Amino acid sequence: MKFLRKFLDKIEPNFQEGGKLEKFSALFEMSDTLLYTSDKVTDNAPHIRDSIDLKRAMYMVVVALIPIAIFGMFNIGYQDDVTRSILANILAGAKVFLPILLVSYLSGGFWEVLFATVRKHEVNEGFFVTGLLIPLIVPPTIPLWMVAVATSFGVVIGKEIFGGTGYNIFNPALVTRAFLFFAYPGAISGDTVWVVDGVTKATPLATYATGSATSHTWLDMFYGFIPGSIGETSTLIILFSGLFLIITKIANWRIIFGILTGMVGFAYLTNLMASASSNPMLALTPQTHLVIGGFAFGMVFMATDPVSASQTNAGRWIYGIMIGALTVIIRSLNPAFPEGMMLAILLGNAFAPLIDYYVLRGHIKRRQKRYAQ
Amino acid sequence: MEFLSHYLSIATESIFIQNILLSSFLGMCSFLAISKKVETSFGLGLAVIFVNGITVPANWMIRKYLLEPGALSWSNIESLQNIDLSFLTFITFIATIAAMVQLVEMVLDKFSPTLYQALGIFLPLIAVNCAILGSSLFMVERDYNLGESVVFGVSAGFGFFLAIITMAAIRYKLKYSNVPNGLKGLGIAMILTGLISMAYMSFSGINL
Repeated sequence: MKFLRKFLDKIEPNFQEGGKLEKFSALFEMSDTLLYTSDKVTDNAPHIRDSIDLKRAMYMVVVALIPIAIFGMFNIGYQDDVTRSILANILAGAKVFLPILLVSYLSGGFWEVLFATVRKHEVNEGFFVTGLLIPLIVPPTIPLWMVAVATSFGVVIGKEIFGGTGYNIFNPALVTRAFLFFAYPGAISGDTVWVVDGVTKATPLATYATGSATSHTWLDMFYGFIPGSIGETSTLIILFSGLFLIITKIANWRIIFGILTGMVGFAYLTNLMASASSNPMLALTPQTHLVIGGFAFGMVFMATDPVSASQTNAGRWIYGIMIGALTVIIRSLNPAFPEGMMLAILLGNAFAPLIDYYVLRGHIKRRQKRYAQ
Repeated sequence: MEFLSHYLSIATESIFIQNILLSSFLGMCSFLAISKKVETSFGLGLAVIFVNGITVPANWMIRKYLLEPGALSWSNIESLQNIDLSFLTFITFIATIAAMVQLVEMVLDKFSPTLYQALGIFLPLIAVNCAILGSSLFMVERDYNLGESVVFGVSAGFGFFLAIITMAAIRYKLKYSNVPNGLKGLGIAMILTGLISMAYMSFSGINL
C-alpha cells in the first residue's frame, strides 16, 4: 500500500495554496483522510488527547446503521413476497434501497463538496451519517427526484448555511424528512400506506389511527416484519444498535432514557384519559408506542445527534423527556399526522439551545452562591 | 371543570397550534430585531404578555359597550339605541394599545430601568406591534367572551414570549457558527424562523 501513500504525497502540492488544483483541495483532503489517518495536529487550544475524533465517531454510527439497513432491505423484499428465501428478499430490497442511497449520497455530497470548495473548509464525515440516515427514514416507494430535492434542502438549509458539520441547529436528516412531510404529504407515506409492486399495505401506525386493530402481533412489530419506512421497522435491531452506541459512548444514554421516560409517562397518562374519549390513539400502551412508527429509530439515531441535541447533562434529560412526551401528544391528539416522532425531535432541536441556556444560567447562579460572595 | 378545560384548550391553541408569531407571522419586526440576547427578549416577551393580556379584554369591553351595533343601548338615550360605531374599531383599538404601552413604559422605567434601557425604542414600538393588534382582531373574529378574551390575550402573548426566547437562545448558540457573510444577521434569522415554524407545524391540525 506504500505506493498509494507516495502517490498522495506526490500530488499533494498541487492542492496546496498556489498549486494548480488549489480549488479542489477539499476533495483531496477528503480522500486523503479517508484512506489514511491525518498527520495534522491541532495548532491552538484546547489540546485534547483522545483516541476518538469526529471521523471515528461518525463511522461508529455508520457501523451501527449497517445491520438496520440490511434488515430494511430484507423487509422490503419480505413485505413484497413472504415466500422467498432470505437472500432473495435482501436482493429484491437492495434494488429499491441502493438507488435511494445513491441519490442521497450524490445529491448531498454534491452540495457538501461545493460548499467546502467555495468556503474553504474541509468535507466532514457528518454527511456519511446523514446520507445513510435519509434513505432509512423514507418509505421505499418514494420517487428518487424527491429524495434528491429533499436531501439538497436538508443539507443546504439545515446544515451548510450555518457553517457545516458541528454548527447546525437542526438535524439535517430531520429537516429533509420534515421537508418531504410538508412538501409532498401524499408521497411521504411512511406513516400511512406503502405500495410495492401494486400491493398497498397500511402501516400499523396508520391502522391504529383509524381506530381498527392491526393484524400484526406485537412480536412481529418488535422484530420488524411490518410495512414502514425502510430503517424504522425493526425495534429489536435498533435497540441493539442503540446499546452499541451507548457502550461506545457515541450516543448519550441520558437522551435515550429521557425519551423512554417521557413516552412511557405520557402514554400512561393518555391511557387514563382513553376511557372518556373516542380517540383510539389514546388507548395505545407504551410498549405499542415503542414498536410502531419511527419511535425507536428516532430515539436512538436522530435525537442523540450530538450537535443538535442539548449539550448539558440536566438539559439532556429535559430534552429527552420533552421529545418522548411530545411524540405521544402529537401521535394521539393530532389527526393530521399519525407519526409524531420526527416532528417532536425537530421541536426538541428548536428548544435545545434554550434548555441549555437556562441550565447553564442555573449552574452559574449556584456557583455564585457558593463562591462569589 | 367543563369551562376550565375550555379555557385550557384556548390557551394551548394560541400558544402552540396557532402561535401568533410562528403560524400567523405577526409581530416579526420586533421578533427579529430584539431576539439577539435572551435577557432582552425575555423582557420584551414579558412586556408583550402584559400588554396583550390587558389590551385584548380592554378592547373587548370597548367593542361590547361602545362600538358594536346597538352597543350603546345601556345609555337609555333614545337616539343612541341603534347606533353602529364599528367603523371606529381599528382606530380605537390602536388608541387603547398605545395608551397601554405608555403605561407599561412608565412602570418599567420606574421598576426596572436596565430592562427599560435594553428594550429602548422597541418598547414604544410594541404599540405598533402587529401581534398586539392582531390578537385584538382575532378576538373579534373568533367571537370570544370576556373570560375567553383574557385567557386568549395572555396566552397569545405567552406564545410570542416562548417563540422569541427560543429564537434568542438559538441565535446565542449561533454566535459560534460560521454563517456565510451574505446571510449573517437578519438573513439567517429569517431562515431560522422558517425552520422553527416548520417544527411548530407538528401541532397544526390538532383539534381541541
